[in-house]
Formats: sequence, C-alpha cells, structure tokens
Amino acid sequence: MKVGLLVTCLVDLMRPRIGFAAIELLEAAGCEVAVPAGQTCCGQPGWNAGDRAAARGLAEKLVTEFEACDYVVAPSGSCSGMVKTHYPELFRGEAAWMARVDALAAKTHELTDFLVRVAKLERAPGDFAGKVTYHDSCSGLRELGVKAQPRALLATLPEAELVEMKECETCCGFGGTFSVKHGDISSAMADVKCRNAQATGADALVLGDLGCMLNLEGRLRKTGDDRTRVLHVAEVLTWKR
Amino acid sequence: MFFKPRVGGALADAKLQDVLSRFRFGFADKRAAARAAFGEDEFETLRVVASQIRDRSLAQLDAWLLRFEAEATKRGTKVLWAEDHAEARRLVLEICERHDLKKAIKSKSMVSEEAGLNAMLEANGVVPIETDLGEYIIQLAGEPPSHIIAPAIHKSKEEVSDLFVQHHKRPRLTEHAALTREARDVLRGHFLSADLGISGANFLVAETGSIALVTNEGNGRMVTTMPRVHVAITGIEKVIPTLEDLSTLNRLLARSATGQEISNYFSVITGPRREGDIDGPEHHYVILVDAGRTKFLGTDMQEMLRCIRCGACMNHCPVYQTVGGHAYGWVYPGPMGSVLTPVYTGIENALDLPHAATMCGACHVACPVRIPLPDLLRKLREKQVEKNLRPWTERLAFRVWGFVARHPWLYAQAAMVGARVLKILGGAEGRITKLPFASGWTDGRIMPVPEGKTFREQYAERQR
Repeated sequence: MKVGLLVTCLVDLMRPRIGFAAIELLEAAGCEVAVPAGQTCCGQPGWNAGDRAAARGLAEKLVTEFEACDYVVAPSGSCSGMVKTHYPELFRGEAAWMARVDALAAKTHELTDFLVRVAKLERAPGDFAGKVTYHDSCSGLRELGVKAQPRALLATLPEAELVEMKECETCCGFGGTFSVKHGDISSAMADVKCRNAQATGADALVLGDLGCMLNLEGRLRKTGDDRTRVLHVAEVLTWKR
Repeated sequence: MFFKPRVGGALADAKLQDVLSRFRFGFADKRAAARAAFGEDEFETLRVVASQIRDRSLAQLDAWLLRFEAEATKRGTKVLWAEDHAEARRLVLEICERHDLKKAIKSKSMVSEEAGLNAMLEANGVVPIETDLGEYIIQLAGEPPSHIIAPAIHKSKEEVSDLFVQHHKRPRLTEHAALTREARDVLRGHFLSADLGISGANFLVAETGSIALVTNEGNGRMVTTMPRVHVAITGIEKVIPTLEDLSTLNRLLARSATGQEISNYFSVITGPRREGDIDGPEHHYVILVDAGRTKFLGTDMQEMLRCIRCGACMNHCPVYQTVGGHAYGWVYPGPMGSVLTPVYTGIENALDLPHAATMCGACHVACPVRIPLPDLLRKLREKQVEKNLRPWTERLAFRVWGFVARHPWLYAQAAMVGARVLKILGGAEGRITKLPFASGWTDGRIMPVPEGKTFREQYAERQR
C-alpha cells in the first residue's frame, strides 16, 4: 500500500517528531510511505474563516499533489476531516474536479482510523508505561467517527493504562482562530479539560490533533502543571524509553 | 455587536459561573438518557424522518400556510399575517382595542420576545403577565430569557427567593416546592382576572388548522382557555402538514429538549369555544409572523427553518455552557441564535456571533431535525468575507497566508524562519508567555515552542 503522508502544517512547524512517529507506525503496518514534497496546508484556516477563495486554491494544490497515492493519511482529525468532508463542498457542482475530489476523499484517513481499519496494525511498536487519558478531538470524533480506534491501539501497549476522563468528548476550546478571537472563553474551556485530565491522575493527556495539543499544553503550563505530559497518540504508540 | 462586549462580564460573574457549573450539560445528559431508553438506532431514524417532515413543509411553505389558514378559518379561527414585528405589534394592539382588553396572561412565545410585545402592551395600557414560571421570574427581574426552554436557568434559588419577597411582599421562602406553590397562588389570581391570553405555538397543523402547545406547567392550557380572547403568535416556519407529522415530531421534541418522553401538557387547539364547550375563548386569533424567515427560504441556509425550538443545540454547546445565554445579546442564544440573530437583525450588526463557535459539531449531532449548524455559521462567515465586512488586517493575513501556502519554496522558508524565531522567543524554558498579535492566546495560556527545525527540513536531511 502506497500511503501519502499529509504531515499537516502544525506538525511540520511545531512537532516534526509526530510526523516521524506516523511514518514509523505506517511502516510497522507494512505500508510504503511517501511524503509529497510540496505540501503545505489543507486550507482549513481559510475555510473556517469564510475565505473560500484562499481555501480553494490550497485544496486544488493538495488534490493534485496527493491523488496518485493509494491512501492519504494525516496525524490529524481536523486536516483529514477537511479533505474528506469539506473538500467536496468546495468543489460542488464542478464535474471535472468532483470526480478527483471524491476519489481523494474516499481514500483519505485519520492516522489511527487507517491503522486500525485499513492497515490492520496488530500491535503498536512503542513501549510507553504509565497512565494515560484520551481527549477526543471534535473533527475526528464527529466528522470521521474516530473514537474506538486510538483506544484500540493504546490497548496494545502492555504497560499503558487508559483511564477515561469526564467529558472526554467535549471541545477543548481551540477552534482555530477562536482561540485567539475569544481567548478568554477558549482558556476557560481548556481549563475544564485540564482539570478533568488531572482528576484521572494520568501521566499523559493523549490526543490526535495538534490544535488541541497546543491549546491544552499551553493551559496546563500556564496554570502551573508541569507534570502532566500532553502527547500525540502517534508519539505514545512509538514511545521509546 | 451582540456577543463580544458581553463575554467578559459573563466569565467574571461568579454567581453565573456557579450556576453554569452546577447545571453544566444537565439537559444534554437527560437527552442522552432518553435517547438510550428509546433505542439509539431508532432515535437516529426518527431524526431523519423529522428532518424530512420539516423539509416537506419548507419546500411548499406558502401552500401549507394557505391550507392552514383555510382549515383554521373554517373552524372559527381568525388568521392574520404579519410581515414584520411592527405589524405583529399593530395587529395585537388592534385586537386589544377591538375587544376592549385590559390584561394579558402569556404562555411562552419567543416571537413575542422578538417583537417586543410586552413593552408595546404596557405602553398601551394592557398589563402583560408571563405565566411560564421561568418567564415570570425574569419578568419580575426585568431581564430577557437566557434559554429558550428554561428562560430563568441562570437564576439561582436564592435570587428567586429574593425576587418573590420583593414583588409578592410575603415572607421569604427557601424550599423549591414552597416557592413554586407561591408562584402558583399569585398566578392563579392573574389567570382568573385576565381578558386576553397570548401564547406561542410549537406547531401549526395545516390539516386541521390547529395549533399545538407543549408545556410542563399547565399555564398553556389556562392561557388559551380562560380569557375571552386568545391570540397565538408564531413564526411561519412552524407549519407542518398533518396530525400524524405532529405526533412524530412530538416524540422527538421533549426528549431532545429536557429528556422527558413527553411534556406534562400537550394541547391541540382548534378554533374558539364551540356550542356546547364548557370552556374556551370567544375569539381565537392566530398571527403568522415572517420577520425575516423568508430570507432563509430558497437559499443555501434554508435548513435553519427546520428548527422546532427544542434548545438541544445550546444544551450541548460548550461555549454556551461557559458563558450562558445572555452573552448572545438577543432573543435566541447558543448556536441557533448565532444563525438567527445575524439574519433577522442584519449580518453587519452581528459580525461576532457566527464566530462565537469552535465548530465542534456537538449542536449538529444533537439537533432533532439535523440542522447543519456549523455549516450555517461558516456560511455566515463566508457572507461576511464576500461583503467585505471583516477587518482589513484579517483579510490581508489570509491573503498572505494563502499566497505563501500555494508556493512551497516560499512556505518552507517562512516555516523555517518561524520555527526558529518562535524557539528563540521561548527562551531557556522553552515556552512563550507573550505573542505580539495573539494576546488572546497568551493571556490564558503559554505557547509551546517548536522543535526548531521543521519536519520538511528533518525529513530531507534523513533522506540524504
């Protein structure tokens, strides 16, 4: 299976190690991983802001870059959700593009969903030990049905213990530019999530999206919690002690 | 602006935050239990069917409304049409003058809030008394509703005790049951002395020209049967074809709103008192109000008119649960309000509301008629961009970002610089406490720093 890795702009800029972790997982599942070189961003920031033209330009570019791959996988619910559920909206009514867009959407997956349902990875290669709790990012959960998949993969780590937190499905408050436009509400929402995660006694708050990750790590550290780690599920699954 | 100026106050209001945390997602949890008891697959099927019933009405809204008018008129109802709020107020005033009405008891009507009906009545010598307990409480407090089903949800028991002492002039009570009994006692006097009853209508049934009322307190029944004249006022989008459709939608309404299988009272009212009826008004009016609803018809936002006013969206909205309903600034709070207020009051007047959401999708999942609320909010954001209503700095930022992101080499350079600059800003501790254009972020959070080299750089290095 030739998988095109959609690294995502935030992983590229902020946490490259997650990109490498994703490659390791895909290769462990027997995939050949390609990283289309010119990729930049899926266009979601413009899409959410109502700047359709900006989003459209980036969507055309991404479709062209990735359509030759057998699969497109992103370590992000929001980016894969953008391609899978929103790209068709961007190109609606344009027959020439729609065929290509629908084809791409059909083979685009969030990382854990791909690993479990398509690649059927049996065991995560990492050796993480400790208690974790999982935050369900909104796009992954509600647009793509990502819920059981990360948990199934975490369960294959013999020394990792998953404890569910209260309101694991409630939005963390990131919401893209919402986190800056309504920073006060965003922080208050992040606060609830942080308290709930801390209440589980987890060593790490694990999630599948960078926006949530930066938001929650940012709030934890600001409120004096330097102990609770905030980790992408790909990092935990490829953990090397 | 409706939202932005009110948020700070809402977050800083300790009493409000206490109430919000005590009732956090309360109705959502109840709905989840009702859905589980009903059968989750069956519930989802019901949502699909309900959406179809509503779409069927909207596809030929004019025809169904005319059918409703014909059937209602046949049965003695006087059907009136109000294009806007001013006309709605004028029609109600004319009815008061025609029948020499002096006191109105009201069962909840959000459209009457839209139209400012109470203020108009008071200004014209007609005393309006809200009889829905929550509406009564906020009427005493002089406040607008903060939730469409539980309008006084932001009020603590202590605040209600204080209000009752202030207005009823009786000894202060503290028990819920005692407070309710006192309200019932006071309201009974109003029920018996009013000559006008004003209600909303949860649904208008075209088949029989009936209105349907969903209440928990019995006030709907009293308001629509005891006074000489009953006026039901509601939006044109409420019409549904048949009684069968009413039954289907009713299975979903209470479960979605409060988790009840059915409300305590379910009234289907068809015409005024008939020969041989032991009670009922002499005159029954239904006022059909447009006031912006036709702006949705035939557009890519028509689904908003499916709304059956259950409140599930705000019950599931994490932003609403954090700031409460008053922060939304008008009659309708939460996700539905963020769509309705801009369209009904002018997109340019409510630029902040479509952005008062993280697009988490919880509202869409909960909506009994599957209104794609996040998509509608995004479409309003698009309209703002199309009409050039966004700040020029924001437009420029997206233009620049879009340009750079379409040119990989340029993007790679910018990202490499960005990754290093942010890392330097983070200092020895590796955290950024202040960001020049993003104080909204850094006021409440630190900004984690990048690794220093982008993925692209590191990948290229590893390939060599």
